[in-house]
Amino acid sequence: MNFFLQPLTLLTFFPLVGVLILFFIPSDRKDALRWTALGVSLVTFGISIWVLTMFNASNPDLQLVAQYDWITVAGWNIQYYLGVDGLSILLVLLTTFLTPISILSTWTAVEERVKDFMIFFLLLEVGMTGVFLAQDLFLFYIFWEFTLVPMYFLIGIWGGPRRIYAAIKFFLYTMAGSILMLLAILWLGIYGRTFAVPDLITQGNIPANVQMWLFLAFTAAFAIKVPMWPLHSWLPDAHVEAPTAGSVILAGVLLKMGTYGFLRFNIPLFPEASVQAAPWIALFATIGIIYGAAVSYAQADVKKLVAYSSVSHLGFVMLGLFALNSQGMQGAILQMVNHGLSTGALFLLVGMIYEQTHTREIKVYGGLWKITPIFGTIMLIVSLSSMGLPGLNGFVGEFAILLGAFGSLAIGNAWYAAISALGVIMAAVYILYMFQKMFLGPQGEVVDEVRRHGHGIRDLNWREIAIMVPILVLIFWIGLYPKPFFVLMAPTVDRLVASLSTAVMAMH
Amino acid sequence: MTPADFYTVLPLTLLTVWACVLLLVDLFIPKESKGITALLAALGLALTLGFTLSQVGRENLGFNGMVVLDGFSIFVNALLLVSGLLGVALAYGYVKRMGLERGEYYTLMLFSVTGMMLMAQASDLIVVFLALELLSIPLYVLAAFARPNVESEEAGLKYFLLGAFSTGFVVYGIALVFGATGTTSIMGVFASASSDASGLLLTIGAALILVGFGFKVAAVPFHMWTPDVYQGAPSAVTAFMSSGAKIAGFAALLRVFATAFPSIATDMTDILWALAALTMILGNVIAIAQTNIKRLLAYSSIAQAGYILMAFVPYGNPDVAPVSIAAGLFYLVSYALTNFGAWGVVIALEKSEGRGLEISDYAGLAKKHPALAAAMTVFMLSLIGLPPTLGLVGKIYLFRAVIDGGFYGLAIIGVLTSLISAYYYLRVVVTMYMKDGEPETERESFLDLTTGATALLTVALSLVPQFLFAWASSAVLGLF
Repeated sequence: MNFFLQPLTLLTFFPLVGVLILFFIPSDRKDALRWTALGVSLVTFGISIWVLTMFNASNPDLQLVAQYDWITVAGWNIQYYLGVDGLSILLVLLTTFLTPISILSTWTAVEERVKDFMIFFLLLEVGMTGVFLAQDLFLFYIFWEFTLVPMYFLIGIWGGPRRIYAAIKFFLYTMAGSILMLLAILWLGIYGRTFAVPDLITQGNIPANVQMWLFLAFTAAFAIKVPMWPLHSWLPDAHVEAPTAGSVILAGVLLKMGTYGFLRFNIPLFPEASVQAAPWIALFATIGIIYGAAVSYAQADVKKLVAYSSVSHLGFVMLGLFALNSQGMQGAILQMVNHGLSTGALFLLVGMIYEQTHTREIKVYGGLWKITPIFGTIMLIVSLSSMGLPGLNGFVGEFAILLGAFGSLAIGNAWYAAISALGVIMAAVYILYMFQKMFLGPQGEVVDEVRRHGHGIRDLNWREIAIMVPILVLIFWIGLYPKPFFVLMAPTVDRLVASLSTAVMAMH
Repeated sequence: MTPADFYTVLPLTLLTVWACVLLLVDLFIPKESKGITALLAALGLALTLGFTLSQVGRENLGFNGMVVLDGFSIFVNALLLVSGLLGVALAYGYVKRMGLERGEYYTLMLFSVTGMMLMAQASDLIVVFLALELLSIPLYVLAAFARPNVESEEAGLKYFLLGAFSTGFVVYGIALVFGATGTTSIMGVFASASSDASGLLLTIGAALILVGFGFKVAAVPFHMWTPDVYQGAPSAVTAFMSSGAKIAGFAALLRVFATAFPSIATDMTDILWALAALTMILGNVIAIAQTNIKRLLAYSSIAQAGYILMAFVPYGNPDVAPVSIAAGLFYLVSYALTNFGAWGVVIALEKSEGRGLEISDYAGLAKKHPALAAAMTVFMLSLIGLPPTLGLVGKIYLFRAVIDGGFYGLAIIGVLTSLISAYYYLRVVVTMYMKDGEPETERESFLDLTTGATALLTVALSLVPQFLFAWASSAVLGLF
């Protein structure tokens, strides 16, 4: 019994309780299903807050560790090993925070097979939380691959017209990377005689030439998930076809699993290779930033616009991570959270209007602010947050990343930061272009179109406002007073950077 | 013949006698209640399983070293008997529904299982040959059991002709090995081969044995018969032979190669490497084009044979071979469970005259029969090698052995072909969950029990695989 009462175990597997309850609720009791799922995800969020209260921010080590031998026969040494530290605490909270919000957003959007939907959603939460908490490579791999399955169903069953294509593409792309990582994991497990990441890091001394291969194998998995240019082509399809809640989780959490993977595994396990690869990663990140921004601007479909903006934003995160200094990494971690909030919010808002108009074409909208002032205002705030306006969350992260990248010894070239800064300006262009076309100017044709079929476009209702308010609070909080967030991660990041410094110095 | 000899083959004898008696008893069972024969066959298998398990830990060499009882044979025999039980459970309702209910069906199955068990216990190449015939001939008959259905007859004939052909290879290989070493005893071959360096004859002999068994386990390029036979044979037969024959074939190969042929490992490794790679690539690639579920599973079983073949590649490296062969055994368990489950779902959807066998017939299954669709999803995930299923654990075990042996290229081919396999296995899932349709199913309790139990085991054993891991790795200790 002790096993299940550990905070992190409880946090990871609590959604399964919800799955179990959902099994016994008849499929036609849609509201009961929805409320159960929401309730369970809220309790899970509560557990994560409880974990936060027990989290000692000044301690750089793994905390609240749950560690048991799992498979220790036949030459295996696999542990059930969960732990949380400054690298993961915010991402865990982001996961448990976005899940109930996403579930609430499906209230009217998902009418078919509600039961299956909620079951898959809660299973997905188990997988995501597990990814961020697992400290044993084997356990991590299982959670990592497991997230694929429910997400595949969410896109494939409840998605748009090309959902099957998008779901399979998402699945195959992601799996392509992760199976190469599996081979590297097995190599590490044989070499180090353990799969526990902290032990492998302590042992160190992986031969330099092997390190690069292992680094590349892990990179294959994570770079596809992030996604880094030029491996991003699954992302627009998956985002556009996924149901709103799926897009929110995809952008908000699943992409972060990629960047988190770099932070948790690539950099500490293969420090020399990371330093060597840093300029290349910076190059690809910069291309991604500019490319994503440029392509966003060219989109006629607002959801696609937001999807490509993710490519650009995640480029910033990668740039910050591989600055390999404290500022860059802290900025990157915060930017992961920021992107989850802002882009998640954008997908939610796009979903809310789509539910009424059934179109996402930018050009048929116009003058929405007059008709739906609350919607317009919230959209404006979120857009500004996404493009990085000072005072809102996006600015803090991007600023720290650019500072870090600018002074980074590992990247070794300030041009990457300088060019990436252009990406911030380009973000302003595509975001404001979208806002202007949809919300300002003359009334778009879709307004009349909807009126002809019923009551016309309505403003946000209370449920939708309730979805947005928590996100808005965080957007302002991080924008105005980010210190508590940095405090949580700083000790762990600083120690990681310190452990890298010898490798960085050796290079330069 | 001493009591010790007899003890070595006790379960085998029991099953043989049981099968012979059942053949007679069946005469007195009225036509409309042949279900009793099935239950009696199952009872025989269960009793034999009990005897087999009671032998755990014993080691014995019987009949002048012709037959062996060791951890390896017990592990394989237990798996074969469970396969037999699953095979009977799948057949029970199926043969009735398809109008194939004749008592000899179950007797033939029992004889085939005895052949398979003898195969696992053979420690002399002559006994290997004997066992091969004993397991194959009942299967030829079973494949044609749906006569006068032309496809089933064709399957039986094809299987028979190619099977006889492949047996020829085995016999010729055995003859060459005898020529090279002067003995047919596996231990004798090992002793003679390691003292004598002239290995060409031995290598050719070993290669020919590999070719013969390559037919049995459906390895590329000896797989041509597989899709037609698997499609034409009654589904319950296919389920049984695609698991049982494969387990027995691999068991014999594992024992013979690990015990008799380590001295020619340098030559054989390349051949096995190529065989494994080809089988994985071809099986998986051709499976993409299939629209019939039976053919899909046929190619899938070819591809799965490729993964098991990976376990052979490092067999000459004494540090890795035990891990690798244990991984092979473990994967056979995972394959057998998953395979039976998947065929169970196929049988549930199959209707007379070969209808209900297209993948498109699975459309809408998730809405109408969520449990059946969920079970099929588990099997498909397991065949791909995704969590939380036994297939993932098995594949990881295999890949670990291959990486440990230093065969990185083969490991990469292995994972990339798994990726290809995801495409066609997922197509079944897509059809069940994401397309609309009105599938009709035939349910009966034994069938449901089989699919349900295999699905649950596939998931549960992946979370607590310790026991199986430990058993598989201790089972191979006797070989070295």
